[in-house]
Amino acid sequence: MSPRRKSRVVWSLAAIAIGLIFAGAGLWLIDRPDLWLWLITGTVFVLTGAVGLAIGDNAPQISWASIVGAELIVLYTLTPVVYLVSLSLKGGNADVNQGGFLPHDPGFTNYETVFEFSLFQHALFNSFGISIISTSISVVLATFAAYAVARLRFRGKKLVLSVALAIAMFPVVALVGPLFDMWRAIGIYDTWIGLIIPYLSFTLPMSIWVLSAFFREIPWEMEQAAEVDGATAWQAFRKVIVPLAAPGVFTAAIITFFFAWNDFVFGISLSSTERSIPVPASLAFFTGASQFDQPIAAIAAASVVVTIPIFVIVLLFQRKIVSGLTSGAVKG
Amino acid sequence: MATIEMKNIVKQYGDNAPAVRDVSLEIDDGEFVILVGPSGCGKSTLLRMIVGLEEITSGDMMIGGERVNEKPPRDRNLAMVFQNYALYPHLSVYENIAFPLRLHKGAKEDEIDRKVRDAAETLELTEFLERKPANLSGGQRQRVAMGRAIVRDAQAFLFDEPLSNLDAKLRGQMRTEIARLQRKLGVTTVYVTHDQTEAMTLGDRVALLKKGVLQQVATPRELYEKPVNLFVAGFIGSPPMNMLPARPKGDQMELPFVTFTMPPEMAKAAEGHELLIAGIRPEHFVDASSPQPPEGAVSFNADVDVVEWLGNEQYAYIPFEAPEQVRKTLDDLAKDLDGEKMQQQIVVSLEPTTRVGVGEQAELIMDVSKLHLFDPETGDNLLLGAKEKSEDAQA
Repeated sequence: MSPRRKSRVVWSLAAIAIGLIFAGAGLWLIDRPDLWLWLITGTVFVLTGAVGLAIGDNAPQISWASIVGAELIVLYTLTPVVYLVSLSLKGGNADVNQGGFLPHDPGFTNYETVFEFSLFQHALFNSFGISIISTSISVVLATFAAYAVARLRFRGKKLVLSVALAIAMFPVVALVGPLFDMWRAIGIYDTWIGLIIPYLSFTLPMSIWVLSAFFREIPWEMEQAAEVDGATAWQAFRKVIVPLAAPGVFTAAIITFFFAWNDFVFGISLSSTERSIPVPASLAFFTGASQFDQPIAAIAAASVVVTIPIFVIVLLFQRKIVSGLTSGAVKG
Repeated sequence: MATIEMKNIVKQYGDNAPAVRDVSLEIDDGEFVILVGPSGCGKSTLLRMIVGLEEITSGDMMIGGERVNEKPPRDRNLAMVFQNYALYPHLSVYENIAFPLRLHKGAKEDEIDRKVRDAAETLELTEFLERKPANLSGGQRQRVAMGRAIVRDAQAFLFDEPLSNLDAKLRGQMRTEIARLQRKLGVTTVYVTHDQTEAMTLGDRVALLKKGVLQQVATPRELYEKPVNLFVAGFIGSPPMNMLPARPKGDQMELPFVTFTMPPEMAKAAEGHELLIAGIRPEHFVDASSPQPPEGAVSFNADVDVVEWLGNEQYAYIPFEAPEQVRKTLDDLAKDLDGEKMQQQIVVSLEPTTRVGVGEQAELIMDVSKLHLFDPETGDNLLLGAKEKSEDAQA
């Protein structure tokens, strides 16, 4: 038996075993209406194994181990997300308390509740504003700084880089207290700028590191050719270097946007009202219909809403992050 | 189009020895000049100083009669083709060629389009205009780089080893293409290479550099026939010129294989020297059986060590022993020429029809009038000075 064939058979059998465990667990442990979810998951694995056993050796050369592995990973990563969406669609407290994976009384009432909540509307606006402003400033500054780091020779370059890295590693929690005091003293507590500044100081170092790595990859000749062609240093930078470093610029932008968008610690400590509170912090202020109501479903709905922009941004930028963009610039 | 004039150009990095030392060179309008030399001789640095990518430590760089030392590259209006082409990978071939034109404010779109298409036509790139550089072959990329140079009315073209990344066959093709293009456009051109075939075939004049010092500037023919010193003689020619220890005794000259009576001018040049280096090219030997031995030739017998038959020519290798003093000079020379150790052998170019067996003794004739004599201390070509002096005297 060839090693490839052996691996296929072993992993097919493993898939069938996993499938049977899922189906069995569903039947034996779960006394709920979601039984069929467990059965479907089990069936998928059993079928995978069955296909693996059924196909001949002249089938396409796919590693069965990676197929089974991929299925397991997808199951592991998507389950919480699917559960979040399902939770957000549940119809009220009774439905949530009843338990179960899927809603019994599906509807969009939670989304309506969320959007009627004025703090959440403001928080969405704040989060978008703060994140976009931080990202723009951070990317522009980081591009210039990274270019200098990659291209120029100056005293203390190593120092600048290591200090930048040290700042990025500094624990956020340790800064929150002093910042709170300082911001109140200066009068920028609970303002956009009060959040933008810490976001910048934490994302700039990362962006500079990422971008300077990209700039270093770009051959010097690109710039020199542009200069000989009649470009000023600024034109060479803007028309040649930045477009070539575009994947790096987008990477830096995504990192910064995620940091600002997901931040909870700064948000909850440096803002208090709808003037500047960002979405993650605002979720903490959700209340149910009555004080005995858990706002779980509403928070789930809000979380889904918050996830959508991230989803869209990743999809948009992912296409821009094309590796190997510089290939063909120079021989070699 | 313009002349390029270099006056006492020096380039020094930090406290190190200068990379370019006191180079003065005048390039006429429309002339094709080659900068050649072994690696690290400063030829690329010199080129980059012309274009403005490298600062000039001292001396004057004049383009079109105007001092440009302090001008940034964009104000010098020169076009350069880089060794690795330096195409903009994010732009199509069309936009790559149009790039220099678009940088000028007020450039009209139809004007740009016309110029780009003209350049593409000249270089046979029309069908590739929409492609990205990544989807082009090496030769096509090379042509795009040239397109970017010819599209603007530059004062001069500068080439920095443009063919070194191509394979041998393509290199030959592109070489003739560059020569044709330059003749057609008549633009002043400076071309850096370490390849002597390119140097000899392309240039109107060739400037040979060694460790930042200009050795000789001359037409390829003059460089080959009248090298001013040992270095030039050893660099130009393939297989290289044979270097032999030579001992003048009275009017006799003693070489490892043969002793002969020197012609008067050679005797005069050799006067006062005990040990010299004689240089003679492989083709200045002929087989003794050849119908017309050149005048002033001497014949001798030698043991052939190795024979290389190449179809259109044939090389025979003859080993010899060199005395200690000369060996050191020759080893230094080999080092300067990027080589290892100087082989103690002479190469003889024979008619391909000649049958010489390995280990056999061959009777050869050497054309003494083509012999060069070099001072082992300074490396100067003694005979050249003597000849010129006698020519001066005659005039």
